[in-house]
Amino acid sequence: MKAVITVLGCDRIGIIADITALLAENHINILDISQTIMQDIFTMIMLTDISESHKTVAEIESEMKKIGEKIGVTITVQHADIFHSMHRI
Amino acid sequence: MINTSEILETINMIRQEHLDVRTITMGISLLDCVRQSGRETADACYDKIMRLAGRLVETGCAIEKDFGIPIINKRISVTPISMLAHKAEDFLLLARTLDRAAKDTGVNFIGGYSALVQKGFTKGEAAFLSTIPEALATTQLVCSSVNVASTRAGIHMDAVAEMGRIIKDTAARTADSGGFGCAKLVVFANAVEDNPFMAGAFHGVGEPECVINVGVSGPGVVKCALEKVKGADLGTVAETIKKTAFKITRMGQLVAAEASHRLGVPFGIVDLSLAPTPAVGDSVAHILEEMGLEKCGAPGTTAALALLNDAVKKGGVMASSYVGGLSGAFIPVSEDAGMIDAVQCGALSLEKLEAMTCVCSVGIDMVVVPGDTTAETISGILADEVALGVVNTKTTALRIIPAPGKSVGDVVDFGGLLGTGPVMPVNRFDCSAFVRRGGRIPAPMHSLKN
Repeated sequence: MKAVITVLGCDRIGIIADITALLAENHINILDISQTIMQDIFTMIMLTDISESHKTVAEIESEMKKIGEKIGVTITVQHADIFHSMHRI
Repeated sequence: MINTSEILETINMIRQEHLDVRTITMGISLLDCVRQSGRETADACYDKIMRLAGRLVETGCAIEKDFGIPIINKRISVTPISMLAHKAEDFLLLARTLDRAAKDTGVNFIGGYSALVQKGFTKGEAAFLSTIPEALATTQLVCSSVNVASTRAGIHMDAVAEMGRIIKDTAARTADSGGFGCAKLVVFANAVEDNPFMAGAFHGVGEPECVINVGVSGPGVVKCALEKVKGADLGTVAETIKKTAFKITRMGQLVAAEASHRLGVPFGIVDLSLAPTPAVGDSVAHILEEMGLEKCGAPGTTAALALLNDAVKKGGVMASSYVGGLSGAFIPVSEDAGMIDAVQCGALSLEKLEAMTCVCSVGIDMVVVPGDTTAETISGILADEVALGVVNTKTTALRIIPAPGKSVGDVVDFGGLLGTGPVMPVNRFDCSAFVRRGGRIPAPMHSLKN
């Protein structure tokens, strides 16, 4: 199953490092990653494969939220199908 | 891969613009639950609801988490209860059973304490109608609806007169909560069998054993999209609404397909309705105002609403494999911050609301009127509303609350999604002699289509 992880917040050193470490720990593979600064906001979007992970989307999101609070960014984890169905015919 | 701006657009719609799935409603047929006694029937109904809907709330919450999309309500609709028994005490037992099943499954409403009497009453239906006030006053989660007219049958004026009295009685029995019982009671013309929205949902007899229907929402998203085309012509406005409605509906379709798959229940329809909530930024009235009206209710309101309603359908219909239910913009007064404002500043009257219901879904909805409004006057308002539906071959409805002890200027708070209703003035001229005539208003000429 593919999930989209979105990270928004203030830029600082080590955001990607913190998040990818947690993904690796949970056996989540990153398929695509894009990162930019939009209007001073750090914006990172990752397409991931979570089929190897033992955790559900909800569990992954709750762990991501914790780390997000620690480093001051908002993290969302969503099933990729929602974006495909809304934006592609 | 989907690009960054599309992903951020979706996230923004959910976070900032109140995009949500308004309801996943499971329709359950109870026709095979009829037994020799009322008690056995009630037990069979309870068991069947628990068996089919036991995992509904849990599944809804799981989908919500996986897709990151709020699903506000999980609900159940059942076969019209008037078909399952004959005696008043059995109907009341069934009402209490539905309430218990709703609480035990964790849904927030169960609909189907209903009767279809557009052409006349059976003995059972007459007994059933008499139980509605007590059923609504003694249960919390049971919703009731009655169909009193259709384009094919005409208007059953005895039922219209009876519903005026039932609405008054229901208000009196729930006087301590501002007549809250009436917020759970809808009277229809051309009621639909697959409506997922409360209080009017029931599982029609043409429906399968069990089905999943989904109602989408998103007035906030439409308003924000229109903010980006300020001053553009109305063709551009319609086009913008269509594109937005397409995206909203695709999300509803995805959730419906997923719920149907996870529960092992067939998917019925997606209802393309813009359903407001009292939250700021989730108002249908504010969409109309964004189009250029100073306040909802100003001249031009009906035209703006007609444009909105049509564009929502045109955008939504391609996004879903099966569209049904009520499918149109809702205009419940107490549930829409913009409508409440419009009533309070005198821009929106009951008569204007009636005109608006000619071009949208579904009717005069969640309107609070003075407590001393007579049953006959309510029946008169109802007759007018269902006449619009019968003649225009559309669903119309009335959900009106004659709040006991309240008068114009007062405000009644129902709490939660049902919101806050300012008491609206009612035309003071009498219609009781008309209502008392009874009988049936014949079906219109264009009902003869064969």
